[in-house]
Amino acid sequence: MPEPQSTTPAQRQRALSPKSIAIWGAVALVGAIAWAVLALSRGEEVSAAWMLAAALGSYAIAYRFYSRFIAHRVLKVDKNRATPAERLDNGVDFHPTDRRVLFGHHFAAIAGAGPLVGPVLAAQMGYLPGTIWIIVGVILAGAVQDMVTLFFSTRRDGRSLGQMARDEIGPFGGAAALVAVFAIMIILLAVLALVIVNALAHSPWGVFSIGMTIPIALFMGVYLRVLRPGRVSEVSVIGVALLLLAIVSGGWVAESSWADTFTLEPGTLVVWMIVYGFLASVLPVWLLLAPRDYLSTFMKVGTIGLLALGVFIALPTMKMPAVTDFATSGTGPVFAGSMFPFVFITIACGALSGFHSLVSSGTTPKMVQKETQIRMIGYGAMLTESFVAVMAMITACIIDPGLYFAINSPVGVVGDSVQAASEAVTNLGFSISPEALAQAAKDVEEQSLLSRTGGAPTFALGMSEIFSAVVGGTAMKAFWYHFAIMFEALFILTTVDAGTRVGRFMLQDMLGNVYKPFRQVSWKPGVWFASAVVVGGWGYFLWVGVHDPLGGINQLFPLFGIANQLLAAVALAVCTTLLVKSGRLKWAWVTAVPLAWDVAVTLTASWQKIFSDDVKVGFFAQRDKYQAGIDAGEVLPPAKNMDQMHTVVTNSTVDGVLCALFAVLIVVVLADAGRVCLKAIRDPESVKLHEAPYVESRLVAPASIIATKEEKAELVAAGVGPEGGNRKETAPAGTGTPE
Amino acid sequence: MTLTDVRRAAGRIRWYVRELTGESAYDRYVAHARSRDPGAPVMTRRQFERSRTDAREADPREGFRCC
Repeated sequence: MPEPQSTTPAQRQRALSPKSIAIWGAVALVGAIAWAVLALSRGEEVSAAWMLAAALGSYAIAYRFYSRFIAHRVLKVDKNRATPAERLDNGVDFHPTDRRVLFGHHFAAIAGAGPLVGPVLAAQMGYLPGTIWIIVGVILAGAVQDMVTLFFSTRRDGRSLGQMARDEIGPFGGAAALVAVFAIMIILLAVLALVIVNALAHSPWGVFSIGMTIPIALFMGVYLRVLRPGRVSEVSVIGVALLLLAIVSGGWVAESSWADTFTLEPGTLVVWMIVYGFLASVLPVWLLLAPRDYLSTFMKVGTIGLLALGVFIALPTMKMPAVTDFATSGTGPVFAGSMFPFVFITIACGALSGFHSLVSSGTTPKMVQKETQIRMIGYGAMLTESFVAVMAMITACIIDPGLYFAINSPVGVVGDSVQAASEAVTNLGFSISPEALAQAAKDVEEQSLLSRTGGAPTFALGMSEIFSAVVGGTAMKAFWYHFAIMFEALFILTTVDAGTRVGRFMLQDMLGNVYKPFRQVSWKPGVWFASAVVVGGWGYFLWVGVHDPLGGINQLFPLFGIANQLLAAVALAVCTTLLVKSGRLKWAWVTAVPLAWDVAVTLTASWQKIFSDDVKVGFFAQRDKYQAGIDAGEVLPPAKNMDQMHTVVTNSTVDGVLCALFAVLIVVVLADAGRVCLKAIRDPESVKLHEAPYVESRLVAPASIIATKEEKAELVAAGVGPEGGNRKETAPAGTGTPE
Repeated sequence: MTLTDVRRAAGRIRWYVRELTGESAYDRYVAHARSRDPGAPVMTRRQFERSRTDAREADPREGFRCC
């Protein structure tokens, strides 16, 4: 297979002008100084400004140099090759979309609760390990995965990751990828739902305002369906206004006689969550899912923008040390295990997230206008998400470390009174007085903040700290706290709904092999059955997570991380195989190195979770310990009775088996990919690529946000406006440009 | 900054929001259908928006968002 040929701008303009050398030299210098300050400061509080400078400096350099290298030297993006959006343009799902619009779409699709949760949990090891991984990981692994997957999927008319695995690796690897996606979906939904349950338990304010999002979404759904079809902007503005009203009125409810009605136990919330998940996934899309999606996208983009603004204006100082003792000892209360490998699986979204490969190989490739824009959309959007993760890390590190540990440790560690929590925090090597703990809860009008695991409350607290420093002062703290909780809960619930539907669809597809009618989405019994199985799957883990005496987040989050990184391994393996098969062996390291790292991390973590003798880390070691306790008739803490002992034994066994299954899946996919690569290297003639044939493009459009001088000249020569479009000698067609 | 500048900026923001939310999808569909045959039959906006949500019903993987 010959290496694809094309002329690239990289070859034409290799030398940098003295001016750009000076500018990039300055950017590098600022970034390097910021990193040095972050890494070398010990015992003093560091301003978050340094974190922002280190992140932005590194992103700028990586985008300018590394992503450009990947685009032009490795992938050889071809501006003369028509994308599927241009070739198959049907004005609906395939259509060339303005690069800035598609960037927004893609960013909104990849960014969710993930980058806000992982960094908060990883902050138990200090701000440094997590921050390094978020920034270095995104530059060398996460953004590369997103961009390369997007490129190959675009070359294949927007085929999904699973289809690409089946086409290019083989049915075996393809099937493993499919099972992996399904299993991950279940764990993902359970963990996200658990985050919400932990944030809403005993919080009438939170429960009321989240509950109100359902009637708001229903109203919006009817509005869009019946009253004014398609008027998304106006209905979203109404929706957001109602949402803010719901947050404010949550405060009134919490102080009224209704408070008790909305004060729910975690167990009750789990039941509601499961009922909601089932109903939401069988109701028509227009009624609940579509309006919820608009609402959560508006909130997401708006709040992330506000947060960035708040961080830059407030420039808070970080109270968390750079590195805590838990990084090496592995005895941290938030999640067990040492820095390697557990920081790298705890922070997935924001650094390297396998889930993005599903977005990069689904909707986005069908809308890319020019191959040259893949760099800005794939790499650029992921850098932006990484920045969201950095901000989440900042919010977790600016609150008092004592408070951080009181919020994020399982009940078994902190106990249920502020006195006990204060002692527990002292035992962990930090300090906070019982009064300070009580005051922190009072400031945000919550009954208690103890053991609010899952990251959301910590993030909300940090965010309320930042926002109240800018607007409103202490009096506004409670509002901002519940605003942040609402914001996370909103899109987690949307993910629960959408994810259940996707899981159901996959299950129906698989069951369709056995009994045909399952494939028909209009066959109601099939829909209900498959929905019930999916909801039952995540519902089980959610239930277990809430009742596990060892702490649900503590037990389940590593499993979620391993699953997500497994999906990344599948995506990177597909990318590497495709690089090798398409004659780019010389550049295969671009995805092979992150793949090797990801596999090392994931398999080490799985190995420790399965075989470790440390009962805090190893699932089977846990099982043996508690089983021995049951046999001897003893109740071992933190279990309080025999029932809880049995719960621990069952959970540890299920988690351990699942972990082993994930590890086996990775090995299967890798072995199959390795086989295909070897064959392609030994016998290049035998390679069969499933790429769509070359068609010359008639579209002219800039590659990046701002058009270069050359691109402007080209646009003028082609006779089209600054937004790009079809060359004038051919028939004009709608390309989504402004009038 | 003149009034024209402000109006132009507002127009661009409106364009961006309409594109991002998919509100302009119908206009694009009509433009696309009419680009070859000006008299081509097109769905009404109501029908079009329904067919879009129906498509999503049929394959929920379209438009799926990440965690």
